[in-house]
Amino acid sequence: MDDICEGSTTIECDVLVIGGGTAGPMAALKAKKENPDANIVLLEKANVKRSGAICMGMDGLNNAVIPGYATPEQYTKEITIANDGIVDQEAVFRYASECYEVIQELDSFGIRFQKDENGEFDVKKVHHIGTYVLPMPNGDTVKKALYRQLRKARINISNRFMATRLLTGEGRIAGALCVNTRTAEFLVIKAKAVIMCMGAAGRLGLPTSGYLYGTYENPVNSGDGYAMAYHAGADLANLECYQINPLIKDYNGPACAYVAGPLGGYTANGDGDRFIECDYWSGQMMQEFYDELQSGKGPVFLKLNHLAEETVSEIERVLHIVERPSRGMFHEGRGTDYRKQMIEMHISEIGFCSGHSASGVFVDENARTSVAGLYAAGDMANVPHNYMLGAFTNGCFAGKDAAQYALNLDFAKFDDEQIELEKQRVLAPTKRSDGIPPNQIEYKIRRLVNDYLQPPKVTRKMELGLTRLAEARDDMENNMMVSNSHELMRALEVSSIIDCAEMAAVASLYRTESRWGLYHNRVEYEGKNNEDWFCHAILSKGKNGDYSMRKKAIKPYVVDIEEHEASAYDNQRFVAEESVTS
Amino acid sequence: MPLAETLTSVPVVIDDDKCIANKGCTVCVDVCPLDVLRIVDLADGTKTARMTYDECWYCMPCQADCPTKAVTVSIPYLLK
Repeated sequence: MDDICEGSTTIECDVLVIGGGTAGPMAALKAKKENPDANIVLLEKANVKRSGAICMGMDGLNNAVIPGYATPEQYTKEITIANDGIVDQEAVFRYASECYEVIQELDSFGIRFQKDENGEFDVKKVHHIGTYVLPMPNGDTVKKALYRQLRKARINISNRFMATRLLTGEGRIAGALCVNTRTAEFLVIKAKAVIMCMGAAGRLGLPTSGYLYGTYENPVNSGDGYAMAYHAGADLANLECYQINPLIKDYNGPACAYVAGPLGGYTANGDGDRFIECDYWSGQMMQEFYDELQSGKGPVFLKLNHLAEETVSEIERVLHIVERPSRGMFHEGRGTDYRKQMIEMHISEIGFCSGHSASGVFVDENARTSVAGLYAAGDMANVPHNYMLGAFTNGCFAGKDAAQYALNLDFAKFDDEQIELEKQRVLAPTKRSDGIPPNQIEYKIRRLVNDYLQPPKVTRKMELGLTRLAEARDDMENNMMVSNSHELMRALEVSSIIDCAEMAAVASLYRTESRWGLYHNRVEYEGKNNEDWFCHAILSKGKNGDYSMRKKAIKPYVVDIEEHEASAYDNQRFVAEESVTS
Repeated sequence: MPLAETLTSVPVVIDDDKCIANKGCTVCVDVCPLDVLRIVDLADGTKTARMTYDECWYCMPCQADCPTKAVTVSIPYLLK
């Protein structure tokens, strides 16, 4: 079982899409539609049928810009403010302008969206300013609907191949190197364009339960895309803007205030009182959440027990069949019932994920990275707060542009040495008969991430963290051993995890200010310093192969932000009206 | 460094009487995003599915997609 076989195959395609979760299938479909003669390969390390962050579907769209409810200008303004201004607005504005077409297309795939009695989309308000949340009553069907479309369009799907490094040559993308997760056989894919849709870095911090796979994100999203983009020379932006989310403690899945909020549920402290004005996830909201957890009024709870029976049943119906359906089992096991008790919440381990925050591989409004012919979309690209609909929509942009780019282009010539070096790196743990297994090295790295890198961030701690991580890297490179091809996949993921951990530390040390609330709360540098740090912090591979940091100017805004609007997300603390005493 | 085998209780349980791996079914193995399930041989020569690697996100495709309802997912012990 899972025996390690020697072997290598080389294939060619016009557009290679890596990752078959959310953005990837859409990118592949759009590339095929743009150029029906193109050979498109969709590569996935699991199986496209149920892979990625939304393997069990999604309860709703969190950022639907629907005419009549919201405008692209309003949405762009909201996301700019929620992200403390560090946004190239073109990508957000294009998303906001075109996502409605994608909603209609998803609707045509059979994924239904909630409508009111007049047949209009039943959009809910969760954000601070605008109205963008659209429930999906049959959201459990998303992956199946996507899979049907992929089969219909005759996309070449290659399951069980994990991409490990990108190939480059002539100053542009040349393809990718992959290894089979069941046999350890190599696959060299020469491609004219490559679209990375490889999800978040969700296995970066260690969950409080201590279970390596009890993460907020689907743990299959181990940050491979960030590591591969880095090694191919691409720019990564604002990695110090971590993802930290509010969640059900121990279960580590979302508490889903977006579902419960519009129905009257809210986040409460130990006294059962509101303490945040708005349940929309932002760094500023997470700072208030963190402060309340640490305070005498902690911990924090999801409060639904004041709601009517039919409302609670409706919330359960949604939460217990879609996205994370095991949530109902968890409550049953604990003997907790939304009707009777408040549900204890906590904050997640740190990660990178633009789905909810803003960091990632730097892309423009066409999903192009800084490497010619290389694209990124979904949670790993730096379009802020883009959620599932952002993955679909930016996946569309990537697919269309990549198909055009690949047209009339030859394969880039590349140095074969890249292949040989990568084979040696990948197979090294299979050549040792003694050493440390990947799960132990992973545990240690992720425990170090919690000890030294999670906010509040302290310079000396992060420096110590980098020293400890270097020791773990030495173990990984010289002492890690695997006994089969499944463990080899985990070993390669460990390599992505340590790259992401080091990048998190280096980027956090570089930005000497605090921004994005808890996400980049640097204790010695209190508050925003717009004079020096109103810019992107870009990480890339330096000439000597080390992490290199630089500032990059933010492009002039498309939608102006008035001074009085810029602070809308700064004041998240709920202020109760003073009670009148007679 | 010597290696030890440490026992771990796993959250995905297969009812061997209901599992039709013997007829060639591999649905649960195919749909697991973490690829933790495998088809194994039983003592009587028939086949069944087993959770082989303790790397579960309790996400449920294996249980939801099993054609004979042979799969039961529970919350992993460390966090239940």
